[in-house]
Amino acid sequence: MTQQPAIRLDNLTVCYDRHPAVHHLSGAFPDGSLTAIVGPNGAGKSTLLKAIMGMLPTTTGRIDHVALTRADIAYLPQQAQIDRQFPITVLDVVLLGHWQRIGMLGAVTAALREQANAALAAVGLADFGRRLIHSLSAGQFQRVLFARMLLQEARLILLDEPFTAIDARTTADLLEVVQSWHAERRTVIAVLHDLEQVRAHFPETLLLARSGIAWGRTAEVLTPTNLHRARQIAEDWDDSALLLCAVQP
Amino acid sequence: MSGLVDGLFTPFVEFSFMRRALVACLALGLGCGPVGVLLTLRRMSLMGDALSHAVLPGAAIGFLLGGFSLPAMSLGGFAAGLAVALLAGLVTRFTGQREDASFAAFYLISLALGVLIVSTHGSSVDLLHVLFGTILAVDDASLLLVASIASLSLLTLALIYRPLIVECFDPGFLQAVQGRGTVYHLAFLILVVLNLVAGFQALGTLMAVGLMMLPAAAARFWAQEVWSMAATATVIAVLSGYLGLLWSYHYDLPSGPAIILTAGLIYLLSLGLGRRDGLLVRFLPRPHLQS
Repeated sequence: MTQQPAIRLDNLTVCYDRHPAVHHLSGAFPDGSLTAIVGPNGAGKSTLLKAIMGMLPTTTGRIDHVALTRADIAYLPQQAQIDRQFPITVLDVVLLGHWQRIGMLGAVTAALREQANAALAAVGLADFGRRLIHSLSAGQFQRVLFARMLLQEARLILLDEPFTAIDARTTADLLEVVQSWHAERRTVIAVLHDLEQVRAHFPETLLLARSGIAWGRTAEVLTPTNLHRARQIAEDWDDSALLLCAVQP
Repeated sequence: MSGLVDGLFTPFVEFSFMRRALVACLALGLGCGPVGVLLTLRRMSLMGDALSHAVLPGAAIGFLLGGFSLPAMSLGGFAAGLAVALLAGLVTRFTGQREDASFAAFYLISLALGVLIVSTHGSSVDLLHVLFGTILAVDDASLLLVASIASLSLLTLALIYRPLIVECFDPGFLQAVQGRGTVYHLAFLILVVLNLVAGFQALGTLMAVGLMMLPAAAARFWAQEVWSMAATATVIAVLSGYLGLLWSYHYDLPSGPAIILTAGLIYLLSLGLGRRDGLLVRFLPRPHLQS
């Protein structure tokens, strides 16, 4: 753990909907690391990613992006936020990955188009470019979003539940893409639910239950004791919420 | 045959007010087509309707101050429409009331205020003018205004097209790569209000939104992508203007409703016969085994 950090968190507290969703979290994601964030529902996993993206303000503490700027970070939100009925072609969606090169008015050159087609081929969707996105399955659409991220050439990649409601075949293919990013020394942080998947593919893990329970090598983090503790803390939220409800008229 | 040609072209050759009306429809269609398509894609169809009503009190105050003067009415209408849009947006932002509800509240207040002003200070003929427009009385100043708004709309859309589309389809992505898309949303709202103001002179506040929404709704049954939908909607809007004017001329009908009804008819035809997802295509068995 002597590596240069990509992102450093210092006593970070972030509120979501007027409740502290992440509190007093300190630590660092080492440069080039592949980290899974796991924890019970409402543990602040998505909130942490949004805070790193600058989409939510920090209440206390700070996030140090060290040497990264906005252009260096790619972010995959949960799929529900995207309008999948929108009349746009697969190729146009993938081309958005060039945003830092084309921006609002820049021309899409033949070379950029070629790269987009190559990215589509890399996620197993060669020849899908002309299709409209509403004709794709959830798994195919997730492949499209991964192709878009391939073009972003980001040094830090944030994935929020990338494999939820995605078929096994697609998950396996996209995990390979994640591994290739890791091999290229890019930093990847993914919010995940499937602990077996985390143990098999992610060397580092952050176990979160609003505050950090454990952070480090996956085998040392995902111990029965730690998981039990995270669950217990999550049950206490429910209890305290119930208590609050009971007190109020 | 020559009778038919006469019927289709003579009114415009013979009467300059018909020519002006036709050019006004062309300009309106150029602006309203693409704006309407983006409005439907942003799921804001009903807000367009609300905004068109919201324009009324501003136009009425302009009418009181300046008489039947286009600049005064347009400026008033633009201010009122924008005020309602911004107030509704602010309420949603600070209270969490859904935007459609806050829009409805403000446009109703605005509409009632408008009708009150016009009916206490003008004759009912004036009210009819404001509500239903007078495309056959479009003068050079109005024509210039409508044409300027159409040009401005197309230029602005060309400029913000890409972020506007991304903000609509995947707002999280735009926020991640470049920051919040509020600016584009606001610019677009201004375009909507501007185009409604352009339309109300010709078609009236109640009908103006028709030339925006009906062609856009019809275009969805023919085109697959945003740009082709916008092009189709523009053609439909211009065609509605031309056919509607002819219809009103030959049968001595008010031109505003005739134009909007023509657009409505095209919508119904598209709904039935549209190549993409029209009722006929949907319910007839497709011979999909042949290529």
